[in-house]
Amino acid sequence: MKKRVLLLSALALGLSTLSFAQAPASIKKGLKITLLPKNINNPYNVIETSGGLEAAKEIGATAKVVGPSDAGASSQVSYINTAIAQRQDALILAANDANALLPYLNRAKQAGVKIVTMDSDTAVSGRTLFINQANSEGIGRAQVQLLGKLINYKGDIAVLSATPNATNQNTWIKWMQEELKLPKYKDMKLVKIAYGNDDDQKSFTEMQGLIQAYPNLKGVISPTTVGISAGARYLSTSPSKGKVALTGLGTPNQMRAFVKDGTVTAFQLWNPADVGYLATYAAGALASGMITGKQGETFMAGKLGKYTVGKNGEVVLGPPYTFDKANIDKFDF
Amino acid sequence: MNRFKGLLGWEFSLIVLVGAALLIGGLLSPDFLTGSNLSFLTANFSEVALMSLSMTLLIIVGEIDLSVASILGLCSAVIGVLFAAGVPMPLALPAAFVTGGLAGLFNGLLVTRLGLPSLAVTIGTLALYRGLAYVLLGDRAIAEFPAFYTNLGFGNVPGTLIPLPMALFAVLAILTVIVLHATPFGRALYAIGANGVAARFAGLQVERVKLSLFVLSGLMAALASAVYTFRFASARADNASGFELSVIAAVLLGGVSIFGGRGSVVGTVAAVFLIGIINGALTILDVSNEILTIVTGLLLIGSVLLPNLLTHFRTYQQRRRIQGDSVIQ
Repeated sequence: MKKRVLLLSALALGLSTLSFAQAPASIKKGLKITLLPKNINNPYNVIETSGGLEAAKEIGATAKVVGPSDAGASSQVSYINTAIAQRQDALILAANDANALLPYLNRAKQAGVKIVTMDSDTAVSGRTLFINQANSEGIGRAQVQLLGKLINYKGDIAVLSATPNATNQNTWIKWMQEELKLPKYKDMKLVKIAYGNDDDQKSFTEMQGLIQAYPNLKGVISPTTVGISAGARYLSTSPSKGKVALTGLGTPNQMRAFVKDGTVTAFQLWNPADVGYLATYAAGALASGMITGKQGETFMAGKLGKYTVGKNGEVVLGPPYTFDKANIDKFDF
Repeated sequence: MNRFKGLLGWEFSLIVLVGAALLIGGLLSPDFLTGSNLSFLTANFSEVALMSLSMTLLIIVGEIDLSVASILGLCSAVIGVLFAAGVPMPLALPAAFVTGGLAGLFNGLLVTRLGLPSLAVTIGTLALYRGLAYVLLGDRAIAEFPAFYTNLGFGNVPGTLIPLPMALFAVLAILTVIVLHATPFGRALYAIGANGVAARFAGLQVERVKLSLFVLSGLMAALASAVYTFRFASARADNASGFELSVIAAVLLGGVSIFGGRGSVVGTVAAVFLIGIINGALTILDVSNEILTIVTGLLLIGSVLLPNLLTHFRTYQQRRRIQGDSVIQ
């Protein structure tokens, strides 16, 4: 009898050490998480951190949002120190400066605080994970996919970009052209890439020029918030309203009126709440030891599903979010 | 002599308040009175502390320098631009000091040669120097300085939790105390601040003294710029923007009269610590940034108001006593 108990306990001990070696299967309850946006009163940041707080509730963590009222380079530093002093399990931040925070983030890491950036990254050494709202390929392809749907995959299309040497714009346009090579777009022709120089007036007149120069123009993609709103303003009072589809990257507050009056059916950007939500799940998984930030590791992020850690600890939220009449009133930024 | 006693009372109250702030912070948050937190907290106001020393001297002679934080930004930009261009740090740093000294000299010349009020002059140069910083650096941030230099800004005195910049501050604060309270030059500052015309008649080189203090203010801002740039490993044109208000708040709260002629370094140092500790405690208690700014503002108003109210109260009492005496007679 005694022997059996001994054997059983030995077995139990063996099992427990075995399970110790394995990564825990779920996020620990009662984690302490600090969300540190760039600036605390910015509506975009408020939505972003509200997503983080929602996720924190789901994983049973105590989360709080702190931050400076200005977006100065060093104004986040005292909050990083506070996270150390308060022995937080994780710190999620959108960095105001990629380098100014590094020594302090390293000190936080040494003190055992897990660091996740979202929105605006630091140098790779400053954090374990970076939650990227979207990658260039995803943005470029999704814009063409959306416009294709809007114009029934037929007709001339144009791009109204920012400046000819804007790196991000050009990368997106390159991916748009890749997407257009697919067979389903065989009846769509990219006739012109115009540049509004991220200037309201110039974008407005470029939009006017596109519509006058190409009578068969069916759609315009403007992957810049300045371009799309100036383009929409021109379109809203022109006879082409409702005939030429305009889409691109814009913010709900900028585009609301044009969506409501029928000038624009749908446009894209990411959902900031999802960025914060994903970041909090990632921080939870990191602080529970489920992941370490190595490429290829996976974790579940509640309603958003499964995510994989990419190169340099980057986690991409996914394709951009599409705003239309049905959902635009849920956003204020 | 009486006046001096009143001032000592003010400084004593400040030191008591520093103790109280530490105690209350510790009671409200278990994470507050830890060595590493206090170490960070003091490092976090080292630039303000450094600049408050020269500002104390300037305000005592009845002048002010609102451009210090802009000079800091400009010097930081100079360090960044030169370093990015491949100039070694032992040459870039002196260049920043020359820049700071010249910026201070320009302020001083406008005030002493043209007789312009320093408040107006330095509001102008506040914008001018910040603008020059942007011309030099734009939106760029220069980082990745050699570890040796960033450690100077970020590190502690070996074997202790005392931040290196605060050790530097301690040395300079002691020097300032000696100069201000134990040399003829220091006495001259009070005389000039109390009555510039009388001081001139007494043979003091009023303009020259003021000019040298503006240059000192620029040099101190350059020193603070080196601390800031290395502490954050980041040279940016907007470095330390808004810090001039913290510096002036500390000096006035420290009991230095905005009208000149009165004040001490000890008061300034106590006030720097008081503001820094209150800010640090409120931050660790997760009090929002807006409240933090409001508290600093109230402290500043209080520090200007309270001494004035006390003076009024004292004269009122004196008058009553005199009236009472005359009635008895």
